[in-house]
Amino acid sequence: MKVLLSTTVNGEQVQEAVLPRTSLADFLREDLGLTGTHLGCEMGACGACLVLMDGVPVHACLVLAVQAEGSTIETIEGLNETGAAADLQAHFHDRNALQCGFCTNGMLMSAQALLEANPVPTRDEIRDALSGNYCRCTGYEAIVDAIDTTARDRAARTEAAK
Amino acid sequence: MKLPSFEYLRARSLAEAWALHSDAGGDAVYLSGGHSVVPSMALRLQAPSRLIDISQIAELHGVELQDQTLRIGAMTRHAEVLANPLIARHAPLLSRAAPHVAHPAIRNRGTIGGNLALADPASEFPAAVLAMRAELEVMGPEGQRMIAADDFFLDLYETALIPGEVLTAIHVPLPPEGRLFGFDEIARRRGDYAMVGVAAQADMSDGVVSDASVTLFSVGVAPTRATAAQDALEGAPLSSDSIARAQAALATDLDPPDDPGFPAERRLQLARVLLGRVLTRMEAVQ
Amino acid sequence: MTLHIGQSQRRENARRHLAGRGRFVSDLALPRMLHAVFVRSPMAKGRLVEIDTSEAEQSPGVVRILTAAELNARCKPWVGTLDHFAGMQSPPMSILAEEEVLWTGQPVAMIIAKSRAEAEDAADLVMVDIEDSEPVTDGAAALQDGAPLANSGARDNLCYEALLETPAVNEAFADAAHVVEASFTFGRHTAVTLEPRAVIADFDPSSGALTVHHGTQTPYQFQDVYARHFGLPEGKVRVIAPDVGGSFGMKLHVYNEEMGAVAASMILERPVRYVADRLESFLSDIHARDHIVKGRMALDAEGKILAMDVDDLAPVGAVSAYPRTSAAEGNQVIRLMGAPYNMPDYRGRLQVAFQNKVQTSQYRAVGHPIACAVTEALVERAAEVTGLDPFEIRARNLIADDAYPHVSATGYQFEKLSHQASLAKLREMMDPDALRADQARLREQGIYRGFGIASFVEITNPGAAFYGVGGARISAQDGAVVRMTPSGDIHCAISVTEQGQGTETIIAQVVADQLGVSPERVSVTTGDTATTPSGGATWACRGAGIGGETALRAGRKLRERILTLAGALLQADPATLRLEDGAVVDVATGEARITLEEIGRVATYRPDTLPDGVDHSLTVAHHFAPSGYPFDFTNGIQGSLVEVDVETGIVRILKHWVVEDCGRIINPLLVDEQIRGGVVQGLGPAFFEECQYDADGQLTNGSLADYLVPMACEMPDIEIAHIETPTEDTILGAKGVGEAGTAAAGAAAMNAVNDALRPFGARLTQTPMTPLRILDALDAARKQRTDP
Repeated sequence: MKVLLSTTVNGEQVQEAVLPRTSLADFLREDLGLTGTHLGCEMGACGACLVLMDGVPVHACLVLAVQAEGSTIETIEGLNETGAAADLQAHFHDRNALQCGFCTNGMLMSAQALLEANPVPTRDEIRDALSGNYCRCTGYEAIVDAIDTTARDRAARTEAAK
Repeated sequence: MKLPSFEYLRARSLAEAWALHSDAGGDAVYLSGGHSVVPSMALRLQAPSRLIDISQIAELHGVELQDQTLRIGAMTRHAEVLANPLIARHAPLLSRAAPHVAHPAIRNRGTIGGNLALADPASEFPAAVLAMRAELEVMGPEGQRMIAADDFFLDLYETALIPGEVLTAIHVPLPPEGRLFGFDEIARRRGDYAMVGVAAQADMSDGVVSDASVTLFSVGVAPTRATAAQDALEGAPLSSDSIARAQAALATDLDPPDDPGFPAERRLQLARVLLGRVLTRMEAVQ
Repeated sequence: MTLHIGQSQRRENARRHLAGRGRFVSDLALPRMLHAVFVRSPMAKGRLVEIDTSEAEQSPGVVRILTAAELNARCKPWVGTLDHFAGMQSPPMSILAEEEVLWTGQPVAMIIAKSRAEAEDAADLVMVDIEDSEPVTDGAAALQDGAPLANSGARDNLCYEALLETPAVNEAFADAAHVVEASFTFGRHTAVTLEPRAVIADFDPSSGALTVHHGTQTPYQFQDVYARHFGLPEGKVRVIAPDVGGSFGMKLHVYNEEMGAVAASMILERPVRYVADRLESFLSDIHARDHIVKGRMALDAEGKILAMDVDDLAPVGAVSAYPRTSAAEGNQVIRLMGAPYNMPDYRGRLQVAFQNKVQTSQYRAVGHPIACAVTEALVERAAEVTGLDPFEIRARNLIADDAYPHVSATGYQFEKLSHQASLAKLREMMDPDALRADQARLREQGIYRGFGIASFVEITNPGAAFYGVGGARISAQDGAVVRMTPSGDIHCAISVTEQGQGTETIIAQVVADQLGVSPERVSVTTGDTATTPSGGATWACRGAGIGGETALRAGRKLRERILTLAGALLQADPATLRLEDGAVVDVATGEARITLEEIGRVATYRPDTLPDGVDHSLTVAHHFAPSGYPFDFTNGIQGSLVEVDVETGIVRILKHWVVEDCGRIINPLLVDEQIRGGVVQGLGPAFFEECQYDADGQLTNGSLADYLVPMACEMPDIEIAHIETPTEDTILGAKGVGEAGTAAAGAAAMNAVNDALRPFGARLTQTPMTPLRILDALDAARKQRTDP
């Protein structure tokens, strides 16, 4: 039996009837067409499905859509539109910190959350923050570099603003 | 890897949760963070007909300093366990265990209550709770029970919870000044289940150990208290000699599974190495 | 003007992914689309007695349950052999198992339902009765007399064997001052692309056309496969590969499930989607490696290599993969042994065995990591017995940079390589003297660090010698259509494909330079058989070398066309004109005479104003196949620094270095990231990745929680340098680079671990080098010392 779900996705109010067994990832991808959230393992091991739920990254494959009742969800599409991670995206592009692009959504989510909590992380801290994000293409170094550069740029801008 | 069908119901109170559970004739599972239940259902390892969402029940929330204990609500997420200053002060083994629990995004959603109720023998929190001699607050239709951690973890994925009961909180006894703590694990990769792990605490009085509490995880079907190792430490200074005796005593304490890919003897060896390292680096909360 | 070849041009198509606008097959939903799930054999070997689908048919959402009788009849069986592998055998394979199941996970029935979840529900209800029999799991046991057959369709369990031998190999060993030897075991691992295999087959009975949206690296190969095996005219088959979430060789093989999706779509006349979930990926994607190698190396008193003698046993599953076979890896293993070195004599023997596991086949750096690890481990032992240091023994043996062309003892022809220069450069980067000093100092504190190096060659730019000569319908050539649009922009449709490595970007750079425009003005289309010319696409490192050359020559053809047209318009000799900055320029004065935009306008809208007989068609096509050397070899050397916790066996990889020579570098940024990604795909199986089977042929770690892939915390920073030796076989001079990192990373790491363990006399010869294997090696060495 479907359950009525009321939630906020990328700033829009969403009301949909969903089957309880539908994961948040499947709901976003299939019901809302937000295919930027990817599925790589469906058991919380690869990080391709990360979305921001009430401001923090969670695995959309491990959250049931019905558990998002009353929550605020932001997907890569929403994050892109707000421009909040525009500099991070630009550094990923500049450093070629992605190849096939399948992990990129999750990498951006983890990076964005890290930089919010720890504005100038060390390289080890960056790697630790990515410990649940699998990338088969890059070997990770370019991703670490892109996050590192973003952090230092943001810090320099904050400093300059003072 | 899609979940089988089930009915989803949200309980607003414990009474409602119990009613929904009993109504399902036992074919129901409580859902807090869902980070064990959902993947196990996706793997079709279980298929309860009903999931009862208990995440919004007030009694399960909050971290609160009480008279003799720190009460940690079962719905406290791993990320909060990691960051909460009260936990860092009064239940430091949980703070030290938390960075080892999976990965940041999992920690944002997984709950300590769900973790303990699952009783995964390779998980960090059960061993930490055991080492701190915590009590688990459990509420059921018959009323509230306080279960000592030593009596809670019974077997592989098996706890003292009886069907319908909800683990509502963890009570950690407030540590005296100067208590030493140590926690570490050996894992293949950051965030992986440990090959072996150790949680320990001890008080020092007049330069000798009193009340040593040593537990290990990933060494058997449940988190394991190393009583012989504790005895080896008791009443002696924390020295290379006493640590060596504690390491040796693990042969008595542990009966690790013998797997062709991971022989019991090897696991015991790693447990000894790790225990030695943890005991050597024990420190008080700053 | 600035040339774009050689510049670190950013990837335009990366922007879509960063915005969440990737378009993968797994994202696609077609009207009336159905979902497929396969019921799989729970056993590795057995006789299929009965499949009862009656309960499953009643399950909600089920549209149809297809079994072998109906499904297999639609599709001509496939056979994974090649003619140039003399004596090779492999039984035919069909979509679903018929009488016999051959590996755990082999599909036995196909559920078609309205959703994936409903299909999974029904799959749980299918009753499969299999009378199980003892599986053949061990490769050596498979080849013993009287071993049961892994596949009853085969003569015996020997899929293929080969022997390479120089006449004087026995004398070389007899005369040697030193012989070093060892046995090696290289674990089975798998590709674990982050996007699993995905296909949507869409058969339209009204037109007889089949469109397959397929996450593959080789759309033309699949157009041919689908046409031939389903009896369709090739022109009615279209294969579209949009964004592909990782491939690495794994997505160019024919799989039962993809063939099943096509057959089901033809039966049901509706689009059928199959996307493997991660559990199915582990059970059905090809696995790789799995080699047991015995190797010997003969040296003279000065430490010069005289010969190698190797024996490779490669169990490959119950059938050979199609259409590239499962023998190609072993074939490359025995041919790449000792490749970087002056080695006059050689014997290499290969045995490929059937067993009841999922098939192994080509995955990034086919054969290279095995040959490299064996060779380099033996060189390391040779250094020990001769008292030479790792750099010195290689300096004595690596082929001199001025000694080309060179033919290896295994018959490979090297045009020109740069081993000695690479070695010198690596030495500069690593500073081994400082590393040795650190090592000695830290050992006193009980910290055991070690470093190791490994030289390699990589096979790239394959011509027909790879597969074509063996009768496989795998294109040796690539094609491009380059056109100028009415606005003077450039479009290139090309057969090489993009999986994130930057194919479209480098093609744009190459074309841009031929036509004097910026790469931003060049749009590139790939991955669709209906809109690009036919070609081999992406495998064995051909995108830059062959695809790039194709684009270059097509671009030059269009340049001639534009200049001829411009000459007619300007009443000038085309030889006095060239293209620069989007315009036709007078060579003598450098003056811009007419813009491309203006030429496009006239050619498109006012061809009537052109002089009679002037060809105003601004579209050209060109196909290119490598000639000259059968392959272009690249070379390089890698170094690895590790720290081993000798109490726990845990290894920290501290640093990795690569010197690589891929010829002309089109885009340094992309080349470096190919190398880094490749290195990590070499370090993964060196330390973590292994498909573990029990004695019953069950895969025991087939999930992403249990199969350990390399993650960010465990991987090192990787320093890269280049030597540039262009091939003279092409104008562009580029060779491949995709497999270089993977080729030698594991070999360098194994040498590094063994260097760290040297004080204990312990040595690893098995991958992955897990903590327990390291502890076992330490124990064995301790035992050896106390009880010799």
